[in-house]
Amino acid sequence: MGGKGGSLGELQRAGIAVPPGFVIKTGAFERFIAALERKAPLRSRIEALGSDDLSATTARCDETRARIEAEPLPAEVLDELTSAYSALCGPSGGGQSPVAVRSSATTEDAADASFAGLQDTYLWVTDLNQTVQRVRSCWASLYSVESVTYRRRRGLPEQAVAMAVVVQKMVDARTAGVMFTRSPLTGDRSVVTVEGSWGLGSAVVGGEVTPDRWVLAKITGDISIRTLSEKLIQHVPAPGGGTQSVAVADELRRTACLSDAELQELRTIARKIERHYGRPQDIEWAVDRRTNEILLLQSRPETVWSAKESAPVARPAADPLLHVMSIFGGKQ
Amino acid sequence: MNTPAPSQRFPLPSSLRVVPGTERAQAAYSYLTQFTEADDNRFWFYNSMHFPEPMSAFDMVTAEAAYCALGAANTRVHSLPTTLGIDHRIINGRVYIGGNAVTDPAEIARRTAEFQQRAFYYYANWETLQAQWHEKMMTLIRDAQALPKPELPEFEPLANVHAGRGVASNHYLLDTYQKTLEGYFRMWHHHFEFLLLGYGAYLTFFAFCKKAFPEITDQTIARMVAGIEAEIFRPDDELRRLARRAVELGVDAKFQTLLSADEIIAALQQSGTAGQAWLDELETSRNPWFNINVGDGFYHYHRAWNDDLSMPFACLPEYIKRVKSGESLERPIERLRAERQELIEGYRELLNTDEDRAAYDQMITLAHRVFPYVEGHKFYCEHWYTNLFFNKIREFGALLASQGFFPDTEAVFHLSHYELEMAIIDLMSAWSNGSAPRGPAHWPGIVSERRAALKEWATHVTPPALGPVPDVIDDPAIVMLWGITRENLNAWLAADSGADSNEVRGFAASSGVVEGPARIVKSVKEISRLQAGDILVCQITNPTWAPIFQTIVAAVSDIGGSMSHAAIVAREYGLPAVVGTGNATSRIKDGQRIRVDGGRGVVTILG
Repeated sequence: MGGKGGSLGELQRAGIAVPPGFVIKTGAFERFIAALERKAPLRSRIEALGSDDLSATTARCDETRARIEAEPLPAEVLDELTSAYSALCGPSGGGQSPVAVRSSATTEDAADASFAGLQDTYLWVTDLNQTVQRVRSCWASLYSVESVTYRRRRGLPEQAVAMAVVVQKMVDARTAGVMFTRSPLTGDRSVVTVEGSWGLGSAVVGGEVTPDRWVLAKITGDISIRTLSEKLIQHVPAPGGGTQSVAVADELRRTACLSDAELQELRTIARKIERHYGRPQDIEWAVDRRTNEILLLQSRPETVWSAKESAPVARPAADPLLHVMSIFGGKQ
Repeated sequence: MNTPAPSQRFPLPSSLRVVPGTERAQAAYSYLTQFTEADDNRFWFYNSMHFPEPMSAFDMVTAEAAYCALGAANTRVHSLPTTLGIDHRIINGRVYIGGNAVTDPAEIARRTAEFQQRAFYYYANWETLQAQWHEKMMTLIRDAQALPKPELPEFEPLANVHAGRGVASNHYLLDTYQKTLEGYFRMWHHHFEFLLLGYGAYLTFFAFCKKAFPEITDQTIARMVAGIEAEIFRPDDELRRLARRAVELGVDAKFQTLLSADEIIAALQQSGTAGQAWLDELETSRNPWFNINVGDGFYHYHRAWNDDLSMPFACLPEYIKRVKSGESLERPIERLRAERQELIEGYRELLNTDEDRAAYDQMITLAHRVFPYVEGHKFYCEHWYTNLFFNKIREFGALLASQGFFPDTEAVFHLSHYELEMAIIDLMSAWSNGSAPRGPAHWPGIVSERRAALKEWATHVTPPALGPVPDVIDDPAIVMLWGITRENLNAWLAADSGADSNEVRGFAASSGVVEGPARIVKSVKEISRLQAGDILVCQITNPTWAPIFQTIVAAVSDIGGSMSHAAIVAREYGLPAVVGTGNATSRIKDGQRIRVDGGRGVVTILG
């Protein structure tokens, strides 16, 4: 089971609402690669690459991705995918029920070496054929120049590289964004930082809009900072599939995109997720336009501050009273 | 906010002028409190936290007694390593104070060794010593209560003569006066016996939290440590109880907003057994919980509820209304306790390492141990004992006024305590000699001159600080008791240099955002100007004004840290509060619309 696919399932079991969907497990990827390996070696050719030979890497990645994109799915994998897709989107599939196809590499989401974003996410995928295409594209993205270079530099074994793919119904979001279960500025774990804007989260994640921003105390819920910004555009579903950027109505530009009650609900979700994983998280969320339900789209371990943490703030003292010397003893 | 250039400094003490025409009133303060040229080399700040209004000559006894005791505890008793006591000076009735830091490393090391033998003994035996403190304090209170009313009979009572007492009544004026004064000085020693150690232990935990959680608010840390049943909440709890009892006894209709306390009591006396039952309840509450004064205890005119029932009675109709609308006025002790526990455990869980958690446990355990004293001492010292003290002086005032020394009883507070002893000896002599006292020809002119000076001084703005700005404020006493930090000083300097911003910044004391009209209350006498929906803007928010917190929607103060009792009460009432702004009362105009963001510590002037 891959990182992202595994994550969402775990979260659902922890009582957190996620969009309905299914996971194409790493086993499917293994069968797919095995079929390719039978025709010609694949993994060994990648592993043979030098970590700094950019032109050789580029050529071999292009070749490998082309092989993946051209290879039909093994019959039993296609059957499984087809029936799971029909169960999710109805037998006709498609137009009425767009899905997101997200990659989930086993090495991605690992707290020690996140390379989030190196694999691809495809939004507003509208039918089964496209879904199959996108699954292959996700798998192929494991062999992008960036991903391969990353692995080669760290000497990660290719045998361990696998990818689950998550297929989820798209959420038509009224409001969406990200949150961190710590302060990105100070690393403080006692706050939750929420950033959100109108419409789909892609506008926030892609940096196309300056989101509203809040800082909440994780334990008390006190909101210490609220910064409302001018939200000029939002991403919405496009009529023929995909998304488009449209102007935000004047009266909503300076209006908070989340209510205080929703912020508190996000805080509760953030705490649950963090407690579930036992470490700070970086979370994507959306508020469903129809139901106003908050859905969790993705959760990754926070890596920047976690890598810095080292010495304790204070250590226990043999005589607890010695702690007061930090106040009474003057500048040490 | 501008960071001042290093050369920037506050006005020098020598540049301050005694307001023309008040020179003689200024001379009433003892020589050791007058600024001299040498004082220009030191940093001073205006102690508007404790002395927000010009001090009358008698009331200066509080500065004298309190700093004698504070200094003794720091310098000689516990031997704080880096700080000695506090010097004070007075000009135009305003009290400026300056700390004496210890900076020589060898001396700090020597004092540290002493400190650990002394202070650590206190921490280790805190509960026993605190129980002993309570006994000492109650003995002191009983002794003060037992002091006789100063009186001079025409003839010595026959019983005294037959008993062979051999000491005449006039001697007991001096005896009672000196015991009154002695008790007050002693009380301040009790006050400081634990206080700095208590604050220090609290601040140790506070500093740890700030390091571990850089964005935690001061108020959250305070909530982790604050007691749920501290004495400071009791007077207000009693009012709530009395409101409930009034409804239960069916006498609530007697409490009309426009009636005075006397009129309400008279109406209850005529309401049969139910009325009497309520009045009995009132007596239970009054002793001792109405021994709380409407200020911080540092001014003779901050009268206790027991001496002036108008304050507590003014609050009863509102409480009764709330009881009748079905609201429970009971403070939810169990829930508050559970919430506090949840906070403590919540933050503990967020710490990065087990070592941090072990250190956290050690520090919060000590903070919880010391905090009941920090929160509780004020009721006994600044309120109960201080009321007894000022009321005893008032009895001398009445006696002297009856002999023509003063136009009225309260005039006594315009003599310094040294002068008052002179006046008493004058009366003692006149009584013994059979001649007329000299005081009636001496004091009335002086009293009216000093009264006029106080009135004049109150109209002058005094600088928040004087002298060169220190690079760091590393004096734990100054930081703990006054919340003065280098950041505060920068804010004061920036405000001084004519900042045109419409923001006033201070400590975030109690979260929430509220808008409303500002009501500038410079003295406790102006409290009645507050209307429902007003935002209180004052020099120091005062916890004993607690009941008015049900009228106002937010509070802003010039001075005070997030651990000031004001901040505690604001949190208790769930009102936004920003404290320690330095100059809110001068920058905000009465009636101006302002927004108070108590979570960020920002007040915005809207127009």
